[in-house]
Amino acid sequence: MNSSLGIVLIAMLGGAIRVSTPFMFVAVGECLTEKSGRVNLGLEGTLVLGAMVGYAASYHSGSPWFGVFAAGIAGSWLGAMHGYICKLPRVNDVAVGIAMMLFGTGVAFFFGKPYIQPTAPRLGSIPLGAWSSNADLASALNVNPLFFVGILTAIALGWALRNTRWGLIVRTVGDSAAAARAMGISVDLVRFLTTTVGGFLAGVGGAFLSLSYPGSWNQGLSSGQGLMAVALVIFARWNPVRCVLAALLFGGAGAIGPSLQSVGITQGYYFFNAAPYILTLGIMIATSSAKRSARDMPGELAMAK
Amino acid sequence: MKSGAPAISQASEIAPTALRTAPGGPADATGQSEVALRLRASSEYVAIPAFALTIAAVLFSIFLIAIGKSPFDFVDNIWRGGFGTPFSFQNTLQRSAPLILTALAVAIPARIGLIMIGGEGALVLGGFAAAAVAVPMVGFVPPWLTLPIMAIAGVAVGALWVGLAGFLRYARGVNETISSLLLTYIGIAIMNFFVEGALRDLTNPNKPSTKPIGDAYMVGKIPGTDVHWGFFAGVALAIILQLVMTRTTFGFAARVTGGNLRAALAQGLPVGRLIVSCAMIAGACAGLAGFFEVAAIQGRANASLAAGYGFTGILISFLARHSPLAIVPIAILFGGLVAAGGLIQRRMGLPDATVLVLQGLIFVVLLTSETLYGRFAIFKTVKVRDRT
Repeated sequence: MNSSLGIVLIAMLGGAIRVSTPFMFVAVGECLTEKSGRVNLGLEGTLVLGAMVGYAASYHSGSPWFGVFAAGIAGSWLGAMHGYICKLPRVNDVAVGIAMMLFGTGVAFFFGKPYIQPTAPRLGSIPLGAWSSNADLASALNVNPLFFVGILTAIALGWALRNTRWGLIVRTVGDSAAAARAMGISVDLVRFLTTTVGGFLAGVGGAFLSLSYPGSWNQGLSSGQGLMAVALVIFARWNPVRCVLAALLFGGAGAIGPSLQSVGITQGYYFFNAAPYILTLGIMIATSSAKRSARDMPGELAMAK
Repeated sequence: MKSGAPAISQASEIAPTALRTAPGGPADATGQSEVALRLRASSEYVAIPAFALTIAAVLFSIFLIAIGKSPFDFVDNIWRGGFGTPFSFQNTLQRSAPLILTALAVAIPARIGLIMIGGEGALVLGGFAAAAVAVPMVGFVPPWLTLPIMAIAGVAVGALWVGLAGFLRYARGVNETISSLLLTYIGIAIMNFFVEGALRDLTNPNKPSTKPIGDAYMVGKIPGTDVHWGFFAGVALAIILQLVMTRTTFGFAARVTGGNLRAALAQGLPVGRLIVSCAMIAGACAGLAGFFEVAAIQGRANASLAAGYGFTGILISFLARHSPLAIVPIAILFGGLVAAGGLIQRRMGLPDATVLVLQGLIFVVLLTSETLYGRFAIFKTVKVRDRT
């Protein structure tokens, strides 16, 4: 019993690291977008398109890192589309997000059909667990470099938002568009750029799904990770570093089902699969309030109004 | 509040009538020009979506040409697969039944200012609930008693599911768009949990499903057609909800709440009850769609219930500008698109996601076209004074 509990915990550790990486990228990207006062609900579609493009690019070029880059470009393309449409007057950014989610998913499924069968070169992992004689622990600590890239991006973004001129501009636009305009900042341009960069990061997160874990391209690859990441930003109170911690928590929740399965507990597999969604909902209930808007929320965010 | 669209449209419909009497003079007072003015004012809500559809069609044609397919073939196949023959048209009507209901599930909350996209989850759970209550009754209870109980189960579970998102919105301020979508994933997981476990039909090795309810317990067809009663239920509900939303105190209170939450609170309207009621009506519609999918099409509950009807319903509701009556023709149009999907796949060698691409494109272009309202002088009935 004790050893199987150990296996579950180790599997959950490894699972948390693996499952959290796409969450992290999408959440950090969405964090930047929301800091500028715009919501992009379409990141679910961006994630799926990124996964498909990353896989296809890796297959054709033979280089998985080129795949990651291509996925980012595809994601930024969708983000730019969202950013451009939302700057038009009277257009609702939440509704456009839903539309972009359908559009991105549709395009990915359409062009991704030929890539379901072939195997593309995957991203390698860093065997951080090589020192351990425990095979389970060693495999759990096979960490993909993108995990660290994500953490570094989050730290860099958190620092830049606080300490640079650019960060100040983004925060001003997000807290008061009127003040930003008075300072001579182009609100539309800033939001367009943050949405584009947010899309790039979400696309990279998608590439992780298809090129590392689970590591193949199919139509059921993403099931709401992009949306959960949006909820996760609210939970992380619009702070990129807290986004990373929240992503790890979500990754752990997502790893419960597969970890239990690895020791032969298959009962309730679907129930545990729902754990991240239930956790997200529970966190949203716990952190929201009908009377005041969430702490640290950018003032221009449509969700708050 | 978000989703100001319904409120704005209401306001601009009313405004010209109020203003007209002042500067208009005797020419406007005659009955004929009154009608003409009204037509001109409301034609904006037809012309701009039609324009958006045209743009989407052009973009999609370019897309088809770019991948080496003929747009004319595409239209031809949609016509043949969806509308051309009595058989295909009846198939289309059948497919449009869940679309009408899931679109209503978006339209009613939208009237009160909420973007609820949980129709898919309520459909799946409603269908599952209908199948789950039917399975122990099959063989013991006669069909005329079983079917209403199934319908009630589906409607009740759907209403509770989306009602929960409405309640959370009111009581805790939880963003209803995200929570309703999360509830969709949880709903699908709940169905899978039971269908793969406790309620699994072990005689069916192919696809985890509940036990079949049997032919005797299926909902029949509308006499003289090949279309099941779900289509009738959808159209009837659309008419009823149109009346409820435009002609009753409840509908008026809901629209006031959607237009201006503070005004509604100041008036002492029961905002919480209204929000939860609208969400529950929405869930009931989607749950009913699930009941008909199980009782008229599938005969059992399994993963095929999550066929994306809930998501297409979102698009239809936005295209209909959240008007229950306008949903019906648009749902039939999209039902045809869904029905022709198979034919497009076979005849043109296009993947089944083609319809998804087209839907996404229409949706994006349509929402972009929102920006065009009020920009064309031709739709204006009175001279608007310079706002500056």
